[in-house]
Amino acid sequence: MVNLQKKALEIRKDVLEMIFHAKTGHTGSDLSCTDILVTLYYDVMNIDANQPDDPNRDRYIQSKGHAAEVYWAVLADKGFLEKEELKTFSAYGSRLIGHPNNKVAGVEMNTGSLGHGLPIATGMALAAKKNQKHYRTFTLLGDGELAEGSVWEGAMAAAHYQLDQLTAIIDRNGLQISGASEDVMRVEPLADKWRAFGWHVLEVDGNDISALSEALHQQPVTGKPTCIIAHTVKGKGISLAENQAGWHHRVPNQVEFDQAIAELEAQLEVLDHE
Amino acid sequence: MNKIANRQIMCETLLEQAKKNNDLLVLTSDSRGSASLLPFAEQLPTQLIETGIAEQNIVGMAAGLAHSGKRPFVASPACFLSMRSIEQIKVDVAYSNTNVKLIGISGGVSYGALGMSHHSLQDIAVTRAIPNLEVIIPADRFETKAVFNYLAESDKPAYVRLGRNPVEDCYSEELTSFEVGKAVTMQDGRDLTLIATGETVRVALDAALALEQQGLSVRVLNIHTIKPLDQQAIIKAAQETKLVMTLEEHSIYSGLGAAVAEVISAIPQSAPVKILGIADEPAITGKTKEIFEHYGLSVENIKQIVTDYFRKNG
Repeated sequence: MVNLQKKALEIRKDVLEMIFHAKTGHTGSDLSCTDILVTLYYDVMNIDANQPDDPNRDRYIQSKGHAAEVYWAVLADKGFLEKEELKTFSAYGSRLIGHPNNKVAGVEMNTGSLGHGLPIATGMALAAKKNQKHYRTFTLLGDGELAEGSVWEGAMAAAHYQLDQLTAIIDRNGLQISGASEDVMRVEPLADKWRAFGWHVLEVDGNDISALSEALHQQPVTGKPTCIIAHTVKGKGISLAENQAGWHHRVPNQVEFDQAIAELEAQLEVLDHE
Repeated sequence: MNKIANRQIMCETLLEQAKKNNDLLVLTSDSRGSASLLPFAEQLPTQLIETGIAEQNIVGMAAGLAHSGKRPFVASPACFLSMRSIEQIKVDVAYSNTNVKLIGISGGVSYGALGMSHHSLQDIAVTRAIPNLEVIIPADRFETKAVFNYLAESDKPAYVRLGRNPVEDCYSEELTSFEVGKAVTMQDGRDLTLIATGETVRVALDAALALEQQGLSVRVLNIHTIKPLDQQAIIKAAQETKLVMTLEEHSIYSGLGAAVAEVISAIPQSAPVKILGIADEPAITGKTKEIFEHYGLSVENIKQIVTDYFRKNG
């Protein structure tokens, strides 16, 4: 797991560089879910950049589309695009826009409007069942996103169709653009809500790759989709952004950027000595 | 008097196609009855997916199914499908380019007595502004069959509006083909052109007959495909005839008439365009025919406007 922790720090550095260079991006949102994407892409999912359309591949739908920078960084590192292209992020005409874009191999669906991922993932998981395929479908949602009614329409349908190969991961960092999600629109009791909708629910530390790995590798409960509530820290990894709603889409200035990179490198150094 | 509704033809055609291709799925939002899909549900239960009354989810799920190689047809009332689900249509279907066919049933003022919540008089406006989405409205049962045979083979996202009640035939026999984006000249003429779509095509044909009895030569264009629009047919009409009148079961704003006017406005010395449709108000309730007559989508009103125009303008 040390290697994956290092990978997550490297990805965080890529994310900060993209955002600092482009002067735009969702810094806090990217950093909160970086460990989730790293666990999925390096430890859990069956995917291959050389066969992006393999009908048996696992599916990933990033419903919280605004955390696009971390998605681009992971896809580049996995070989779905050249790392050099990350420099074009948000530039005129670039494929690497501020939300997932299926012009890039590896991105299944365009997202950006919140509340869309779970219905889509439900359709994909239902198709797997009908086609007698065994791939798994994952979707990552933000916690602020849970105020969207379409999330719960999808939650109902996934349970109704007993889609046990479907996993929804909630990036529960507790913050959204205007402040604490419990103040903006209360979502608790969150686990009870998903259970009441007929889902199997797990709660983990969403910045702990070992815990995420264990949860994501668990055998599903037959006939029930799984919801993993991943308790995360918004802005995780750089002290000035951690747990700060204001960093939802703030861009670091030069001083902040240098400090952030230095912090990430210090954490890498610690891991090197383990 | 035709007694077969277009939605029944849809069901028959989809059943026939779905028996040949088990990837063809129909999704309903508690709408299998109103879509006349009960025979489909009975004969191919594994190819009918019920989503309950959840119009956002039905389109999202359809997009996920299409992405995995299925050929989903979403059959849901046009009033909800074109409004409640429009963001899923824009993003999950059109933008992501998933092969979803969106079938707006009971379109226009089919649910005439149920009021504005159940009328879909803005669906052309909103769907035609979305890139990568075909917009199709068949005129009668023969065209409906041809359209659904086309849709079963096509790989492109499409929105199709169907009315609820049987409509009089516009064609005299089964069609052998359907060419998307190609207007049909139902009859040719030199003096004026009536341009119609869906249930107003029959009105246009009846009005043409009445005008011919007054000595006018009338062209009738059936724009079954609002998008992609057959611009050439419209330009020709504006150049070769002296008046263009559009007829639609839709708001007078941003529908067929607006689409025709957008094309003609760039053509020098073209015929003027008169747009007939439903006024910008919560539409009066009643039966389709009553509502059409109330808003002037009637032979009498068309005759009046045309007669006045030619009296003043020769």
